[in-house]
Amino acid sequence: MQERIQEKLNILADSAKYDVSCSSSGSDRKNENKGLGNASASGICHTYTEDGRCVSLLKILLTNHCIFDCAYCVSRKSNDVKRAAFTVQEVVDLTIGFYRRNYIEGLFLSSGIFKDADTTMERLVRVAKKLRLEHGFNGYIHLKTIPGASNELMHEAGLYADRLSVNIELPTERGLKLLAPDKTFETMEKPMGFISETLTALNDTRKLIVSTPKFAPAGQSTQVIIGATDESDREIIQTADRFYRGFNLKRVYYSGYVPVLSDDRLPSLSMQVPLLRENRLYQADWLMRFYGFGAHEILDDSNPNLDLEIDPKFGWALRNLHLFPLDINKADLELILRVPGIGVRSAQKIVAARKFGNLGWENLRKLGISLNRARYFIVCKDRALETKDYSAETLRHLVLATANSKFSQLHGTQTSLFG
Amino acid sequence: MIWLVYDGSFEGLLTTVFEVYEYKWPEIHIRKEGMAVPPLFAEIRHVVTDDEKAKRVWKKLIGLFGPSGVRTLWISWLSELETIEETILEVIRYGLKLQQHVLNDFGNLHVLQLQQAVKSVGREKHRMEAFVRFQLTKDAIYFSVIEPDFNVLPLILSHFRDRYADQKWFIYDSRRAYGIYYDLERAELVDFIPNALLSPNGLSSEAFSENEMLFQKLWKDYFKSTNIVGRKNIQLHVQHVPKRYWKYLVEKRL
Ligand code: SF4
Repeated sequence: MQERIQEKLNILADSAKYDVSCSSSGSDRKNENKGLGNASASGICHTYTEDGRCVSLLKILLTNHCIFDCAYCVSRKSNDVKRAAFTVQEVVDLTIGFYRRNYIEGLFLSSGIFKDADTTMERLVRVAKKLRLEHGFNGYIHLKTIPGASNELMHEAGLYADRLSVNIELPTERGLKLLAPDKTFETMEKPMGFISETLTALNDTRKLIVSTPKFAPAGQSTQVIIGATDESDREIIQTADRFYRGFNLKRVYYSGYVPVLSDDRLPSLSMQVPLLRENRLYQADWLMRFYGFGAHEILDDSNPNLDLEIDPKFGWALRNLHLFPLDINKADLELILRVPGIGVRSAQKIVAARKFGNLGWENLRKLGISLNRARYFIVCKDRALETKDYSAETLRHLVLATANSKFSQLHGTQTSLFG
Repeated sequence: MIWLVYDGSFEGLLTTVFEVYEYKWPEIHIRKEGMAVPPLFAEIRHVVTDDEKAKRVWKKLIGLFGPSGVRTLWISWLSELETIEETILEVIRYGLKLQQHVLNDFGNLHVLQLQQAVKSVGREKHRMEAFVRFQLTKDAIYFSVIEPDFNVLPLILSHFRDRYADQKWFIYDSRRAYGIYYDLERAELVDFIPNALLSPNGLSSEAFSENEMLFQKLWKDYFKSTNIVGRKNIQLHVQHVPKRYWKYLVEKRL
């Protein structure tokens, strides 16, 4: 019995580890009536894997039996691997046992599709329901929904889970056709639309009636695998942008494809998507979510891929030198946010501090702004530090020469991947 | 130079501050009892903790810094840095001189030092909220030993009380030899170890429940299977999980 559970956990944690959407933030479920657990808004990383990723949730599959055959997935039908399946009770016991020992913040449950979408989804919902209703569990629960499951089940899932996700996995229809022949964008987008509409509807009701039940209070997210197909960063960013705007997504996660299978349609096993590309995509994503950038501003026809050497905001500024230098004491917040090297908090501090008088270099430095990049793009009350009309190329070199290349070790071999 | 030695309680420190003003000592050092030995011919005075004096200082400080400001002073004191009492005294002197809430004056050296201590203590607090690993005893108490760099038990109490309201738990700071015990009603700082955990030679491994070893094994397995070998980055790993904590982490113990 004990050995069987151990074996199941090994198999079903191993196949779930490539899903990166596992942060436990964004919910604030309280512990009421002396139950077990709570979900704090920022979540806690209880440990870190040897590859440096935060572990905050028990991330497992309910089963790795699957009737689909997605080429990038270890659980796909045609792959010859050991199969296993947890019972509902086993997942509940593991979650509670781990949670009580302060190993985790909650559960991230996903599954291969056995029999059909509804049967699978129903089983996932049952786990969440049991945790909440029978164990008074208030920790974090993230369910990965099954494409094709009914609206009723999606609705029930949202009542017990903190977050729901629908992984679209591949950023374009073309990629999906090639690697996940059983899936279509349509079957992915339908549940996203449903979740998004329910969230909006319930929020509107809650304004009127406070007792409206919470539906997936941490919202919905999705994951895109990058580097398994030949999509450009531009296509990826555009897809993300469409999801943010169309479905009110909280997060899009970018997961660099880790080659685990050999298949003619996939990059070879020796290839590794550089972590740096993943990193740049996250930076671009931040620009869209917090800095007011549109996808079209970050990448365009002549720049279909993110520059691995410089961050996307700096890249944008170099293409738009005519907008600079900016007067830090006059410019609108939205423009200050676009200065390379100035973050959201710093931009807000600048706008707050300049009410007390015009700011000079020393003030900016005290506000915590590293002038390394910003100095070329702004003027302030003092004489400009840099007045020369540098070309974009020169600026790029100047900044790169002084920046400590903390990312250099992440450089991989991706560039030549698709010839 | 006078060396004031107090009993190591916060009330003791407040009493000390009172006496510094009462006796108008210009220059002094403050040390906890049992800490570093003052120089051979130093003049040493023992401060006797006095609730009345402590209360008066407390009130004065609340007026000056507000409740959250006094909490900041207290948190910096929990850092147990060797000269933190003197830093706190300097900040109080500075505040009294200006008759102002000075805790945001980062230009002042003493304020800066104090705030740095607060920051370190805060980081340690978060780490302990993450790294506590409970083991279930036969008496149904979830038990954990920690050895934090700073004295953070009083700061993590409410986090664990709110989270683990339906189980008995005990977190023991082995460096400072005291713990927090939650008995399903209240969480309190205590300086004993529940009997269930004691055997003739200290903590007994027989004290733990049948399932305990299974869960530890499962957690270790999980930790291993969730790692992506091809992306191994030990440097990053150690940066997040410093080695000095490993002996208390189930997943890092051999
Ligand atoms: S449906 Fe999911 S589990 Fe099944 S093969 Fe595709 S990605 Fe893998």
